[in-house]
Amino acid sequence: MKAALARRFPGLPLGLGRYRLDQIIVGAVVGIVLLLLPVIDQNSSHISAFADAGYVLLLAFGLNIVVGYTGLLVLGYAAFFAIGAYTYAMLASPQFNLHYNFWIMLIVSALVAAAFGVILGAPTLRLRGDYLAIVTLGFGEIVPQLLRNLDKYTNGPNGIVAIDQPSIGSYQFGFNPTPYYYLYFVVIVICLILLNNLRHSRLGRAWMAIREDELAAEHMGINTTAVKLLAFSIGSAFAGIAGVIYASKVTTISPDDFQFQVSVMILLAIVLGGIGNLVGVLVGGAIIALLNFLVLPQASNWAHALGYKFGIVSLQNVDLTNYHFMLFGFILVLVMLFRPEGLVPSATVRAELHAEQEASS
Amino acid sequence: MALLSLRELSKSFGGLAAVKNLTFDVDEGAIISLIGPNGAGKSTVFNLITGIYRPTSGSVNFAGREIAGTKPNAVAEAGITRTFQNIRLFAYMTVLENVLVGRHVRMHAQPWGDAIHSPYQRREEAESRKRAMELLEWFGIARYAHDWARNLPYGQQRRLEIARALASDPKLLLLDEPAAGTNPAEKADLMKLVQSIRARGVTVLLIEHDMKLVMGISDYVHVLDYGEEIAHGKPEQVRHDQRVIEAYLGKGA
Repeated sequence: MKAALARRFPGLPLGLGRYRLDQIIVGAVVGIVLLLLPVIDQNSSHISAFADAGYVLLLAFGLNIVVGYTGLLVLGYAAFFAIGAYTYAMLASPQFNLHYNFWIMLIVSALVAAAFGVILGAPTLRLRGDYLAIVTLGFGEIVPQLLRNLDKYTNGPNGIVAIDQPSIGSYQFGFNPTPYYYLYFVVIVICLILLNNLRHSRLGRAWMAIREDELAAEHMGINTTAVKLLAFSIGSAFAGIAGVIYASKVTTISPDDFQFQVSVMILLAIVLGGIGNLVGVLVGGAIIALLNFLVLPQASNWAHALGYKFGIVSLQNVDLTNYHFMLFGFILVLVMLFRPEGLVPSATVRAELHAEQEASS
Repeated sequence: MALLSLRELSKSFGGLAAVKNLTFDVDEGAIISLIGPNGAGKSTVFNLITGIYRPTSGSVNFAGREIAGTKPNAVAEAGITRTFQNIRLFAYMTVLENVLVGRHVRMHAQPWGDAIHSPYQRREEAESRKRAMELLEWFGIARYAHDWARNLPYGQQRRLEIARALASDPKLLLLDEPAAGTNPAEKADLMKLVQSIRARGVTVLLIEHDMKLVMGISDYVHVLDYGEEIAHGKPEQVRHDQRVIEAYLGKGA
């Protein structure tokens, strides 16, 4: 039985031959449950929250390439999300009366975000650690400022409205969250397969070698400039794709949607789940997204109910979603104190964090 | 013709000359040692060859090509790889992955092929893994293939670093104190290993403090002190050279 479950199917394309049968079964079961989710829970605000978890996951995947694999601490990642979203919004809305096709724009925006990843990544190539973090923090602030001030193109702080929604043939996505949910599902499955393939190939190893020891990596013939820029550009492309779907779903975007908070939320998602590990990133992203989109809005309602029941005025009007940052901060502190390697750590990080304990015991 | 020739090679840091007018050749198929007291400039010579430093003056010619000032990754591609005085493995990657990174420069799969695991990528990856495992077998560390590099015993880490450097089929291998910190049995193994590396057609340039090892395997020895060559010759000539003895033990010894 055990041997049967450990079987692999080396003939499968797309790197799928790497997975054991038990992994394939677990993946398939989780996949089927997720596919049926909008049928099980037909509350449309819930489905909308599940769909929004999709962009958090895509962003977490992208950031994980840069931070988790390549070891470059980037704090302004929301900038690339903004670039993806605005690229689509400007080319598929009444803003310039352009209405390019959503599916083409999905690829175009990914490429635009990737190009910006290279442009913004190039000046930081010599930087590491804290210095890199500060510079990328700057990018994260500059991009929303530019969007705010380039009124002519971006409509300034008011943002861009009436962004086109996707359609397949004659089927219009409209304001129904379910098709967006399935769109995210498909995109995420594809990205997961591609990412895991990258992780187990020449490029993925080069990323990790740079994280482990950049000088040694260079002496093994790795062109660290090119490989880091590839990390920046591929990581940003994920944000670009997330931006397009996000913009098409909400149909209105403004510079405020891409503040530092978003960068922190994504970083928190990968730290909580387990940096460098795709399953961890999935789990962390899902938890953070559901907390943000589902639990906190609900919790506000509970608080209101409590407030009315006991006549506490301050609870009757509280909006807990405004406190999500406090909650995120709290989670971050707890994770760092009790499980610094994250919920589903990559074996690497776990060993790194516990190496000292082993050595002293 | 020499595989590697250094001509009038100099490097100063500020006013301090770390290497002065160094000239020597490394013939193909030889084992050449570079010895000298601590701070003599030996590692600087390695760093000049592999492109960490750009020489202040002079030239480094490898296989008929000037490589002074070339970036380390291009030097590796040209066929020179190295180990480091302080082991610099990819600690949190597996032993096999370390060797595969060493093979990086001889692999040609593009990012897109990597992402979809194209047929070309799969062929190349399988071939690279096979070669990496053969290397690990040769080095006697195949059973650690899926352990992290950092979990290997110290002596085996030294060997892994050499295996990683050989993965790209270099013409010239630079070993920076490979015997440092190893025990006598490991040293004896290392000596055999270096000889078997040469037997496979790889030229070796070695920095080493362990005189038994140096005298045992070198075809030719260059002695540096304060960045200058003070003696060179076959091991037995160098061993009895008055200047070498003085450099190591001080005058009057």
